Amino acid sequence: MNRFAALLDRLAYEPRRNGKIRLIAAYFRHTPDPERGWALAALTGALSFRNAKPGLIRQLIGERTDPVLFALSYDYVGDLSETVALMWPAPHGLNDTEPPSLEAIVHAFTHMGRAEMPAVLTSLLDRLDETGRWALLKLITGGLRIGVSARLAKTAVAALGDHAPDAVELVWPGLAPPYQELFAWAEGRGPKPETEDPAPFRPVMLSHPLEEADVEKLDPAAFRAEWKWDGIRVQAARAAGPDGRHVTRLYSRTGEDISGAFPDLAEALAFDGVVDGELLILREGRVQSFNVLQQRLNRKTVSAKLMLDYPAHIRAYDVLVAAGEDLREQPFAARRARLEALISAHPAEGRLDLSPLVPFPSWDALAQARADPAAHGAGEDAEAVEGVMLKRADSPYLPGRPKGPWWKWKRDPHSVDAVLMYAQRGHGKRSSYYSDYTFGVWTGETSGTGELVPVGKAYFGFTDAELIEIDRFVRRHTVNRFGPVREVVHTPTEGLVVEVAFEGLARSTRHRSGLAMRFPRIARLRWDKPPLEADRLETLEKMIGGEDESHAPRRPTAVLGKQRSPAEEM
Amino acid sequence: MRPEELLHTTPQGLYSPAGDFFIDPTRPVARALITHGHSDHARAGHGAVLATRQTLDIMAIRYGEAFAGTVQAADYGARIEVNGVGVRFHPAGHILGSAQIALDWRGCTIVASGDYKPGADPTALPFAPVRCHVFISEATFGLPVFRHPAPAAEIAKLMDSLALFPERAHLVGAYALGKAQRVMALLRAAGHERPVLLHGAMEKLTAYYRTQGIDLGDTRPARDASPTERAGAVVLCPPGALADVWSRRFPDPVTAFASGWMRIRARARQNGVELPLILSDHADWDELQVAIRATGCEELWVTHGQEDALVHWATQEGLRARPLHMVGYGEEEGESAAPDASAPEAPPTPEVAP
Repeated sequence: MNRFAALLDRLAYEPRRNGKIRLIAAYFRHTPDPERGWALAALTGALSFRNAKPGLIRQLIGERTDPVLFALSYDYVGDLSETVALMWPAPHGLNDTEPPSLEAIVHAFTHMGRAEMPAVLTSLLDRLDETGRWALLKLITGGLRIGVSARLAKTAVAALGDHAPDAVELVWPGLAPPYQELFAWAEGRGPKPETEDPAPFRPVMLSHPLEEADVEKLDPAAFRAEWKWDGIRVQAARAAGPDGRHVTRLYSRTGEDISGAFPDLAEALAFDGVVDGELLILREGRVQSFNVLQQRLNRKTVSAKLMLDYPAHIRAYDVLVAAGEDLREQPFAARRARLEALISAHPAEGRLDLSPLVPFPSWDALAQARADPAAHGAGEDAEAVEGVMLKRADSPYLPGRPKGPWWKWKRDPHSVDAVLMYAQRGHGKRSSYYSDYTFGVWTGETSGTGELVPVGKAYFGFTDAELIEIDRFVRRHTVNRFGPVREVVHTPTEGLVVEVAFEGLARSTRHRSGLAMRFPRIARLRWDKPPLEADRLETLEKMIGGEDESHAPRRPTAVLGKQRSPAEEM
Repeated sequence: MRPEELLHTTPQGLYSPAGDFFIDPTRPVARALITHGHSDHARAGHGAVLATRQTLDIMAIRYGEAFAGTVQAADYGARIEVNGVGVRFHPAGHILGSAQIALDWRGCTIVASGDYKPGADPTALPFAPVRCHVFISEATFGLPVFRHPAPAAEIAKLMDSLALFPERAHLVGAYALGKAQRVMALLRAAGHERPVLLHGAMEKLTAYYRTQGIDLGDTRPARDASPTERAGAVVLCPPGALADVWSRRFPDPVTAFASGWMRIRARARQNGVELPLILSDHADWDELQVAIRATGCEELWVTHGQEDALVHWATQEGLRARPLHMVGYGEEEGESAAPDASAPEAPPTPEVAP
């Protein structure tokens, strides 16, 4: 366990994807079975055992330490698990014994009763080092947040040999911890594991963004176009198991099984095959905005009321398997025909429909449709259209993001002029640059009046040359420092105006402005504009007006994809 | 007599009315006794300075030969009378030349320990406990969450990372005096034989350590290193340089920081550190207790750091204990400083941006 804990500790600080993969792969290479298999289970979220409550941990530390010293320490460290891990008084003499393995820990926590928890936990804490105690406490309180996705851990398994990450993904659904047959296969020592899951995840095909410059080179006749829906990508797999009963699973685009969050949808599906599409909320036949869909995301279970108020739906655009036949090698046009047949045969109580093709004679015509979906067939659903998808009629279904067969051509994003307020240093290659920016707009009746309130944070969109310019500006115009964050000058006459592009707005109780932006990025630097000409909060309020909801999205962080910054906490 | 007649606090630092001298004063005074060369303890501009030979040398390197009116070198263990007060310097184990200063006068002994660490360090004489009536201790890591791990285990983390990422330079933030040289010595002890690249701020002090017989292996100025030499090299720089434009000459580095503060995750993360190395030149919680008990003192005065916790512990041990509420220490250099707070805007050295 101490070794796995050291890995978790290092991963928690490593910002680079490739760095994480190398760290995990090195751990797998140097750790024997079955220990590494339990580690893989922990990293992919496949472990489930009785969680310990913070109250128990407080009680255990309270029995062993001076209350004044504990209070001073907790106040200083600020995190309960970390404080306890660091100040736990390990009894002398136990340091020489072999520390418990991760396997032993998983075994203990899976099989014990609640009454045994204090004694088992104490004995483990006595035998681990500081990092080991920290990792154990994080693991059993369910707070293991180290920025490693299941996909990343599987990629590290693939890196042990010469299999592609997608190949690991394909065999994964039939496997269980401690994954000995998977490691044997990955290292070239054993046969490919047979998947026993009748409805496994198939790696999805992704598209590249289309630049205006690319368009000229493409032949419109070779492509088919569809609306790009603003929902979440979903793969619905349904097949009969060995006992003849059908298994239905819904997967996210990374292969996470999300069936539990959408039982209403899973139960309604009646086809036999694998369908690729967009998960949307439909009310009275009309597609709702992403803000509405958010109410059903990031939930492990779901109430009957939520299912009734937010009925989930799949708008399908591809079929990978139909009636046991793998169609992925077939061209898009042929798959499309099979998809149309499959949906008309299995309408699934109206929860499955076809994403229509958008006919277009020329790129100009498609550009018009993209600019105004309502007038080009999307009708009342136009607000949920974020652009068009282009797919080559002759393209097979390929895992990953091959360049050429699929393109996404998004609608022009919204934009506002905002004033740079805070800047934070980046990570990795950017660790010497101020590259994360918090920007704000005016609260007053007119621009330049009232105060600036933060409305978002962006850390991309600018060129390398622009990054150097902004970094220089930040260093020369710092008015305050908070750890790695700098407050930069932002008065009506002094400051940097940035044009921020974003995909949408949602209400948020987390930000002082009451708003959160989706995918904000720096579109342009407006050195020409004084801050008093930046936009007002009211402008943003008007943008949100049409799609207002009675309550704020449950998790704006999931939309912004960023942790709250110290600047926002002030 | 009361111990305060021998030594008490003033706005300039600890002052001895009996001997008319200050210990580690924060402002220029007529007569100063200096425990060690870190700039929050050793300042320029005093009339007369009494310190170990090595501390005097370090002050001369940092401030120039004319850093004080007159200087006098104190040998470890030798008794020197200053206006009737007996003064002895004893090893503190903190950095090269560091000392505890023991005062005796009319049967009362007070030890001002400066910054100290009892743990092993190949670059400093080991800490020697001194029997006394009053012991004056720092409390930089005076909380039970601070138990420093074995230095060799921390260096092993750096060696593992070098093996895993052999194409990336490993930038290690370390204080230019003491910590940097200790990291070099530990690396050599762990079998690392490649040249260590140095930021300009470390070159003179590292050269001085060599003249004192401390083997630090091959070191080279980082600014002269070719891209091949930089790949997979250990590069030592002051903590502030990690976030400075200086670091841009290294493509995709691993950012490490050698400090006792790295024990606290939020602290490491706040500074953008990717490889925290818990290496401290101050006593940890257990070491503070052992050191204080070893003096047999009746009274404990706590200078700077986490005074409340240490005073609480000492009181429960039956000692008379109180914080001195001294300001100005742990702010210039040494580990008491929050690493980022002292990050300079421009490199404090002749180094230039690429």
